Amino acid sequence: MSDKSDQNKSQEQPKNNSPKTNKKNIISRRDMLKSLATVPVLGALAYGVYRKQQYKKFLRQNILTETDMSHGTPSPVYFGNAKGDELRIGIIGYGIRGEQLMRALGFPHPETIDSWKQSAVENPQDKRYQFYMNQPDLNVVVNGVCDLFDVRAKRAMEAGANRNRQGTNGKMGKMPKKYRRYTDMLDASDIDAVIVATPDHWHAQIAIDAAKRGKHVYLEKAMTRTVDETFQLRDAVKNSNITFQLGHQGRQTESYLKAEEAINKNVLGKINLIQLTTNRNSANGAWVYPIHPEAGPDTIDWKQFIEPTNNHSFSKERFFRWRCWWDYGTGLAGDLLTHEYDSINQIMHVGIPKSAMASGGVYFWKDGRTVPDVYQVTYDYPDRDLTMFYSGTLASQKDRGKVIMGHDAYMDLGQTMQIYADPNSTKYEEKINKGIIKPDLPIYSYVPGQKGVDAVTSATEQYFAGRGLLYTYRGGRRVDTTHLHIAEWLHGIRTNKQPSCNIDRGFEEAITAHMSTISYRENRKVYWDEKNEKVI
Amino acid sequence: MDTKGSQYKKHQLTILVVLRLLMGWYCLYEGIAKLINPNWSAAPYLMDSGGFMAGFFQSLTSNPELMQVIDILNIWGLMAIGLGLILGFLTRIASIAGIVLLSLYYLSHPPLVGVDYALPTEGNYLWVNKTLIEIFVLAVLLVFPTGDKIGLDRLVFKKSS
Repeated sequence: MSDKSDQNKSQEQPKNNSPKTNKKNIISRRDMLKSLATVPVLGALAYGVYRKQQYKKFLRQNILTETDMSHGTPSPVYFGNAKGDELRIGIIGYGIRGEQLMRALGFPHPETIDSWKQSAVENPQDKRYQFYMNQPDLNVVVNGVCDLFDVRAKRAMEAGANRNRQGTNGKMGKMPKKYRRYTDMLDASDIDAVIVATPDHWHAQIAIDAAKRGKHVYLEKAMTRTVDETFQLRDAVKNSNITFQLGHQGRQTESYLKAEEAINKNVLGKINLIQLTTNRNSANGAWVYPIHPEAGPDTIDWKQFIEPTNNHSFSKERFFRWRCWWDYGTGLAGDLLTHEYDSINQIMHVGIPKSAMASGGVYFWKDGRTVPDVYQVTYDYPDRDLTMFYSGTLASQKDRGKVIMGHDAYMDLGQTMQIYADPNSTKYEEKINKGIIKPDLPIYSYVPGQKGVDAVTSATEQYFAGRGLLYTYRGGRRVDTTHLHIAEWLHGIRTNKQPSCNIDRGFEEAITAHMSTISYRENRKVYWDEKNEKVI
Repeated sequence: MDTKGSQYKKHQLTILVVLRLLMGWYCLYEGIAKLINPNWSAAPYLMDSGGFMAGFFQSLTSNPELMQVIDILNIWGLMAIGLGLILGFLTRIASIAGIVLLSLYYLSHPPLVGVDYALPTEGNYLWVNKTLIEIFVLAVLLVFPTGDKIGLDRLVFKKSS
């Protein structure tokens, strides 16, 4: 504030210049001057505001011209309430993810609605219920559910009947049919498409069987558990007419779309290194999920569970915490690296790397698991002069972020996106020297939900930006990315188009993940022979 | 009203008027800065509230229509208070309004022991912060009025008398 005081000294000018003295009701010249003495201060302020605005405009225009970034927010396809024929869906796998997917589809479990309503009453800040009820209608019906654990199968049926998104006392629709064997569901004539959220070891087989029967597939990541399965599934989908979507809902994140524009416009200069990370530090984050009290050999179809993998006696741990074993899961590579990788594949189209070298171990969660809890992979793309480095830990949640590093600038990418010029950039050298570009301030900043994107963001806005943003935005509205990803898939089915995370992207995702897993398990560097399409 | 006012010595009047102008400038520019920033909203500030009234301030953000009203009141309230102080126009009302508004800011972000804010500050505060001092600056301007001497209040209240 103090720097402005010198502009305020003009108020004391009118002193004793009061020649006329009609002092009573008529306003004297002296009164007039003293009354208006401070008006010039407004002029000074107006001038200051004008100067400041001009400076900001100058910076913004200079930086925006330099980066050539568009000013508006990205405008991806947003489907809203679905039109066209009602699609008939089957759900295969109703565990943690399956329940989330059904909710995103528009079929919440009634108990979830109860608990959200209750929370909203207790805490007006909790707007999950309100947001959820605003989620567009996808015009689908759930006709079948399938889960190997009876309790979950029953819950899936209850959710499937909850077309009206009601609580436990609400009006329910028709109950979907429960299937013990997924192939029976795939054979049913009242199923057009399936959402698959089983453990990884069942992914390929179920998706292949669905494709062969012409049923559209939304498949959770990792797409497959082995390299062989990856080829088989690709063939099956390519030889069918189905619409296939792999569950990397990050594809719908608005900041990624803006990031892609920055990459295309070469804002970062030559990119040689990308850092991807996972940073978790909780039992749940380390896949030590709770075991249901009613779980047992008589409520779980264990025989079917282990059908496509190695034999093992009944184990509740293995059934509920399957991600911890190679027999069923794909470890950090398939589970979390794939999300990170897919985001880079989305914005930079990197494809399958030439080589992978991984390391790590079971360092913290010594609970009998076989998959590592600390895991590093280096992927090389010699044709692009690029290394992509992934580092994941399940024993520290220090956020190391996702960083794309170029010679001229680097990009911090998450729900928000910031680009900072490198102090030794060639491209921006002149503007850095002139003080137009400041390396410690972003040259480009994207914050979801703002009314626009800006080259110049205040420190305060920066501070608020990164706080707990779990949703992406469409037209300033909060939306669940999983919902958008499913909506894109359904739209693809209705219009006979392949969605963003189609089988080709899935193939790249799976091969990339498996290369690192093979490298880790066989303790060697693994290569991709692009010509012969072989992992060597 | 208080057109009679107190008689100040010249240097007393000068200091008080300068103080009024500084405070006015500060409020007016805060309002203008918010007005010209298309992304500004009081919502993140309210969300960041701490202390014993945090729940109340945070709850205000849950209603988008109410938030719009709060934003408009903040912007135009600050500008009106600032203009009033600079021009010496309805100075008394401007000072009281300013005290009310700043008290809300203080209560939403009291610098208490063990209460931390995401909002960065440029200094170190314990119980007393900039906002509290500003409240008392306005209190000084309220009890030592100057608008009736240097300012439009001189005309306004002269006319009516």
